[in-house]
Amino acid sequence: MSDHADHPTLGLGARLWSWRYFVLRRLSQFGILLLFFGSAHWGWQVAKDVPLLTGNLSASEFAGLLPMADPFAALQIFLAGHVLQQEVIVGALIVLGFYLLVGGRVYCAWVCPVNLVTDLANWLRNRFGIQAQIYFSRNTRYFVLAASLVLSMLMGVAAFEWVSPIGMAHREIIFGFGLGFQALAAIFLFDLLILKHGWCGHLCPLGAFWSVVGRRTAQVRVRFDKTSCTHCGDCAKVCPEPQVLNLKRLEEVGYVYSGECSNCGRCTPVCPEGSLRFDLRPMIHRHNAKAHGKQDVS
Amino acid sequence: MAEVKTSRRDFLVKLAQGTSLAATGGFLWAHLLRQEARAQPYALRPPGALPEVDFNAACIKCGQCVTACPYDTLNLAPAGGGIPIGTPHFTPRKVPCYLCPDIPCMKACPTGALSPELKDINESRMGLAVIDVENCLSWKGLRCEICHRECPLKGKAITLETHPRQLSKHAMFVPLVHSDACTGCGICERACPTQEAAIRILPHNLVQGKIGEHYRLGWTFETEITQDFKPAAPAAPVTPAEAPKEAPKEAPGVDYLNRGL
Repeated sequence: MSDHADHPTLGLGARLWSWRYFVLRRLSQFGILLLFFGSAHWGWQVAKDVPLLTGNLSASEFAGLLPMADPFAALQIFLAGHVLQQEVIVGALIVLGFYLLVGGRVYCAWVCPVNLVTDLANWLRNRFGIQAQIYFSRNTRYFVLAASLVLSMLMGVAAFEWVSPIGMAHREIIFGFGLGFQALAAIFLFDLLILKHGWCGHLCPLGAFWSVVGRRTAQVRVRFDKTSCTHCGDCAKVCPEPQVLNLKRLEEVGYVYSGECSNCGRCTPVCPEGSLRFDLRPMIHRHNAKAHGKQDVS
Repeated sequence: MAEVKTSRRDFLVKLAQGTSLAATGGFLWAHLLRQEARAQPYALRPPGALPEVDFNAACIKCGQCVTACPYDTLNLAPAGGGIPIGTPHFTPRKVPCYLCPDIPCMKACPTGALSPELKDINESRMGLAVIDVENCLSWKGLRCEICHRECPLKGKAITLETHPRQLSKHAMFVPLVHSDACTGCGICERACPTQEAAIRILPHNLVQGKIGEHYRLGWTFETEITQDFKPAAPAAPVTPAEAPKEAPKEAPGVDYLNRGL
């Protein structure tokens, strides 16, 4: 949030401009919630008796035409021993295809409602300078991911969907309140007081799932221009997954290649040299080559 | 050499720590799931719902059935509500199922947790109406019969039967539920005028007994001899099919007690 550069030298317009991805992300997150809520409670329709967006993030249908489903949830249900119906398979493939293109963890930064809570916790944490109480590996989430798949098989129910704070929060916003908000409060306190980026960066199996999905195929990535980078480290300070900004590796690859990058766009406005920018992957090498060329000429 | 030993010990300790952590976490998680999935057996599911265990496995908790329902009958269970989390259910005393012939909730289900094999809404079995005869107005001798009149399958799912009344020449008309036709829609429960409904919907497994296949009701022709019960000796008991052959020998109503009278 306010991790974004507050350079005193910048004018108001430039300062606002530096917040562009933050604003867009919030618009996206709240907008998606609003579409679900409006269709469920205010009868938003595209035509008579065709609701705009029914369901929730687990499975939904847009304008009566486009089915969507959470592929992770569908996978768990499949492992739990249920033969999936065509609609949910098609929906899961559509969603999977989308995130394969834009990067799996785009879900985390641009869609997931829990991100609103964890971002707030992180902002407060920075504000008050709260230190971490415990440390454990960020790879824990992959074990949680594996555990949720194994448990789905053993228990015969979709293991993560039955305890998911994401699902609880999202459902209860749309379909009525319950104790799910306690889970959300727990995540908030955990991220605020115990471990920085504790939930999204260490535990969440859905984030781990999307990290795996986006690893190789993501076409929207942050380009890294090694010629202009001064290694000031501002990007790593604002990044919720700073391990993806291993500059030595980035110099070789030319872009932020890790599946754990959520394309949140915090690093791009904050870089004083403009070395980090969103780009389409096929263009990245050409753009980097161009930048190198410029460097050589000068 | 000592270095190798240390790292091996480290490795083993790390392995043990990791395994025990995973096992503890796994057991806790599994316990939570078991608690939640078996949360309570009283949930009434939308029409076409698979049997409870399969339903819990298949439901993706998306709520599209809830939105599709034109009567706002269905709710998604919030966390901590006693009903398996995020699954659709309804409370007939508040809003019953009005048995839409096109079954929009089932059509909205993307996973098949509400099975598309249900073609006729009258074939749905969401639960079974049960009458509390101690508090039913009809059983008190009043001509209430509201459940019978409101029942969408009146005459099949709920019939009116006569029942003798103490010290009175007049009979009582009491409602009787038939499980072969009752859909469990809950319109009767909604309509029941008593303070707490005297007719209410419960899941079948909570109210229905099972006679057991070894009982042969010899006086009905519908009862088949099951495979489990086959007479061992060739001296088979008289089957109902043979009975009419012997019957004409004697006049109706005559047996060994009054023979020759």
